[in-house]
Formats: sequence, C-alpha cells, structure tokens
Amino acid sequence: MTEVVVNSVLSGKDSARAQKLRQATAEPVWLKVLLTGIALCFLTLFLLLPLVIVFGEAFAKGWQVYLASITEPAAMHAIQLTLLAAAIAVPCNVIFGLGASWAIAKFQFRGKQLLITLIDLPIAVSPVIAGLCFMLLFGARGWWGEWLNDHDLAVMFAVPGIVLATVFITFPFVARELIPLMQEQGREQEEAALTLGASGWQTFRLVTLPSIKWALLYGIILCNARAMGEFGAVSVVSGKIREQTNTMPLHIEILYNEYQFAAAFAVSSLLALLALLTLVLKSALQWRAARDYAEAARLRSAD
Amino acid sequence: MALFSQRNKSVLPGFGLSLGFSIFYLSLIVFLPLSALVLKTFELSLAEFWQVVASDRAIASYQLTFGASLLAALINLVFGLLVAWVLVRYSFPGKKVLDALVDLPFALPTAVAGIALTALYAPNGWIGQFFHAAGIKVAYSAVGVTVALVFIGLPFVVRTVQPVLEDVEKELEEAAASLGANRLQTFCRVIFPALLPSLLTGFALAFARAIGEYGSVVFISGNMPFKTEITPLLIMTRLEQFDYAGAAALGTVMLVISFSLLLLINLLQHWSNHRHGGVK
Repeated sequence: MTEVVVNSVLSGKDSARAQKLRQATAEPVWLKVLLTGIALCFLTLFLLLPLVIVFGEAFAKGWQVYLASITEPAAMHAIQLTLLAAAIAVPCNVIFGLGASWAIAKFQFRGKQLLITLIDLPIAVSPVIAGLCFMLLFGARGWWGEWLNDHDLAVMFAVPGIVLATVFITFPFVARELIPLMQEQGREQEEAALTLGASGWQTFRLVTLPSIKWALLYGIILCNARAMGEFGAVSVVSGKIREQTNTMPLHIEILYNEYQFAAAFAVSSLLALLALLTLVLKSALQWRAARDYAEAARLRSAD
Repeated sequence: MALFSQRNKSVLPGFGLSLGFSIFYLSLIVFLPLSALVLKTFELSLAEFWQVVASDRAIASYQLTFGASLLAALINLVFGLLVAWVLVRYSFPGKKVLDALVDLPFALPTAVAGIALTALYAPNGWIGQFFHAAGIKVAYSAVGVTVALVFIGLPFVVRTVQPVLEDVEKELEEAAASLGANRLQTFCRVIFPALLPSLLTGFALAFARAIGEYGSVVFISGNMPFKTEITPLLIMTRLEQFDYAGAAALGTVMLVISFSLLLLINLLQHWSNHRHGGVK
C-alpha cells in the first residue's frame, strides 16, 4: 500500500526516484519467482503429495474395495469408538478451556505463568509417555489395578482408558485458543455489564461468550481433529482388540501391517477428509472473525 | 503470599470457581499420571536406572531421536521462514489455499501421515523411486525419520513467524533503503533481527514436538534396534515386555527434557512479545 502512496505522491519528474525506492524495498522479480518456486516445491513435496497419495491409494483398487473397506464391521466399530471418544473428550476440554482462560485472562494471581506452562505440557510430552502414565495408574500392576480388578472395573484395554488418553492429549487446544484472545480483550466490558446490574452468569453468557465464539469454535474443531486422530497414547492403553478397543488410527495400523494397503488408505481417507474439513472450517472462522473485527472497528470510529 | 492467590481484588466473579476447577482438572489429568511415572522410576535403584537409560540401545535411540529432530527443526527453520515470507510478501494464484494447507500436519492424524509418507518414499513410491535410483534409502532409514519430523514440525515455524512478519513495518525498510542499504542489508540488519525471537520459538516448538513424535515415525522408520529405533518406540518395546519400571525410567528422562524445552519456549515467547511490543 505504501508503494501506491509513494507512487502517487512522487508522480511525474520524481517517478524515477519512486522506482528506485520500490526497488529498494522489494526483491527483484527473478528472486521473487525463484523464492515462490522453491516454497511451492517444498509445500507440494511435504504437504500436497502425502494428501494426494492417501486418496490415490484408497481408490487404487476401485470403488467397491473402498466401500467394502469402510463398511466392514471392524471398520464401522472403529469409527464408532473414535466418535465416542471424541464426543466425551471434546466437551470435557471445552469446559476446562473456558474455566482456565477465564481465570487466567480476567484475574491477576501468582503462579499464572506456571499454570500456562503446565497447560502446554501435553503438547510437549510424547503421546507414548502419556499412555504409559495411565498404564502405571490403572494397569494390572499399576496403583489402582488390583482395586479395579477386584471391583470388576476395566480401564486399561477398554473404552475408559482410550477416553482418558484422548482427554490428556487434546486438553490444551481449547484453552490455548482462548487465553491470548481473552487476555487481549481485557475485562472492561465484563465490568461494565456487572455495573449495569447483570449477574455473573449473564455477563459470561451475553458479553464474554459472543466475543470469543469464533476462537472457541476453532479450538473445538482443532481439539476434535486431534481427538479423532490420536494414535500414540491410545495405542498404549487400548490393547488393540478388534471390534472392541480399536479406534480408527489403530485400525489403520493393523490393516497396514497386514499388507491390506487399499483398506488402510480407505480408512485413512476418512480421517484425511476430516483434516481437510477442519482446515476449511478454520479458514471460514478466521474470515468471520476478521469481518466481525472490522465491523466493530467501523462502529467504534463512527461513534 | 501463597501460590495462586489473587492480587488486586477484581469485581468479576468466578475466580475461585474457575481457577479451582482448572487446577483440579489439571491435577487429575496431568499431575497424577505424570507423578505415577516419576514415582515408578524411583522403584529402580540408581544403578538399575543408569543401566536402563544409558544402555547402548537407549543411547542409540537418543542419538536418532535428537539428531533427526534437530535436523528436521533446522530444515523447518529455513523453509518455514521461506514459506512465511512468500505467503506474507508475495501474491500468486492459489495462495489462500496453500496458506490454509500449512496447518495440515496439525489436523492430519499422525498415523495417516506416517503411512502416506512411507508410501511416497518407499523404494517403489512416487518420490522414493528417484532416490532409490540414486542409491539413497529414504523410507526405513534415518532419512525417512527426518522426513516425517519435517512434516510434523513445519506449521510451528510458519505460524510463529507469519504474524510477526506481517507486523514488520514497511516504513523501517524504506528508512533503511533511503539511508543507502541494499535489499540484502535491509533483510539482514532490519527484518531478520525483528523475526529472530519468533524464529527461535518456532524452532524450539518444532524440535520439542519432533522429540516426542511417534505415530508418523513408526511407519517410515522400519524400527530396527540400534539403527532406526526412536526413544518413544523403545519405551513401547519395554512396555510390551512388561518392563514397566524400565519404560518409566526412559519416560522420565524424556519428560525432563520436554519440560525444560517448554520452559525455554515460554522464555523465548516472553522475549519475543517484549521485543515485538518494543518495535511498535
């Protein structure tokens, strides 16, 4: 934009100077083309081709094999279990994310930085270690293994273990989206609402929630994508019993190790579609958030 | 004053409830399991602990895990900066689609990424065949592990550098140019120093993520002990042999490293925000 301003101001006899300035603040065309080309090659090689090959291999043996692979009982059960784990893990983490970001963004307290670091921990911890931890708590020789066994409760190699591992891995995602946004928004609006006589709950529902809705939605879809795709932690705690404790990623691993490549890629293509959907929703949410932001700025300047 | 006690009383309600719930949930989901890991490690004597974490096989796995993660993070540092630069500064058809696609490694399940990359880089794969012809083995070698870790880490560098690059003021570059700097000098002396904290943060994030990565690597690495076995896989092997204490010992070593990296990242981010705020 500055280039346009510079050009219009320095029109006529000064256009040579403008040309020189533009050259000085931008790269020559050949370099632009070269850099763009390298970046495109890199992205094609590392992002586009892996995505293309998933669908290519999934349909390599035709539609019938594809449909059969995703509708066989083991695959259907894996899909159901994945949906169930996500349906429990995501709401838990949404409640945590809202609570943690409210406390962190709206209040000053000691240990806040520590709390933020701890929330990030599951991102840095290897998923295998997360699974191992739950094994040490609930496994047959773990802390509570004997008690659980005596009371006929199964956590490891059963659905509760899978849900717990999923909750652990995905818990930072909602909180991480909300904390920076809510910190930036401050607390004047909530304070104004309270002064005007709104109750705490009304303030949260009518003032805070509308202003964070896009970030919250984005946190939810990201959390959901990770919950459905979690592999390392779940593979430790699930026991991989077909039609009982197999989630979609584990089902893919088993098919792949049995050299049923077309079937493995067919189930993978469903998860790849979920990833693409996540990216599309993310772009749409960012666009909406930017529009709302511009609208708010316009209203403020009109006042 | 006690930890987690409120400073400057706020009129907003819900401090006790929201913080109390957060800490309770955090303790239940994160602290309790992680303390089980550390306590399990203490069941070993120091000599036994050392025998597990400093065995030849463990050391070979650290070398691969840290070496490949470092190399992958360095590749991401260079190409992540390039991708962020091209996405922010240039325009070309399909830019928005590519911009959205950068987040693919966040959204694509690691197991899917793992089998897709293996299929691409296997000796008969779309890309692997060219390397195979040149005598380079990509899949089932340390090179393949690095490829998978580059895929996993890419968005971290791009997404930390991109917003900072968007905010670098054009006026600064114009000032540098009018003072006689050429484009390379402007980049090295004006733009790059402004980007440095975010580049380092992105690098550290990609590195931390790569160290713990399991799903995508396990398919492409071939999992040969001493050669292509990463540390998380070694933990998995110990678990399958019901050697819980040994697995916990290796896990504790990795946990300490991850936590230190996380603290470093937070310091870097603090520095980055500080520097970034200073530029404005």
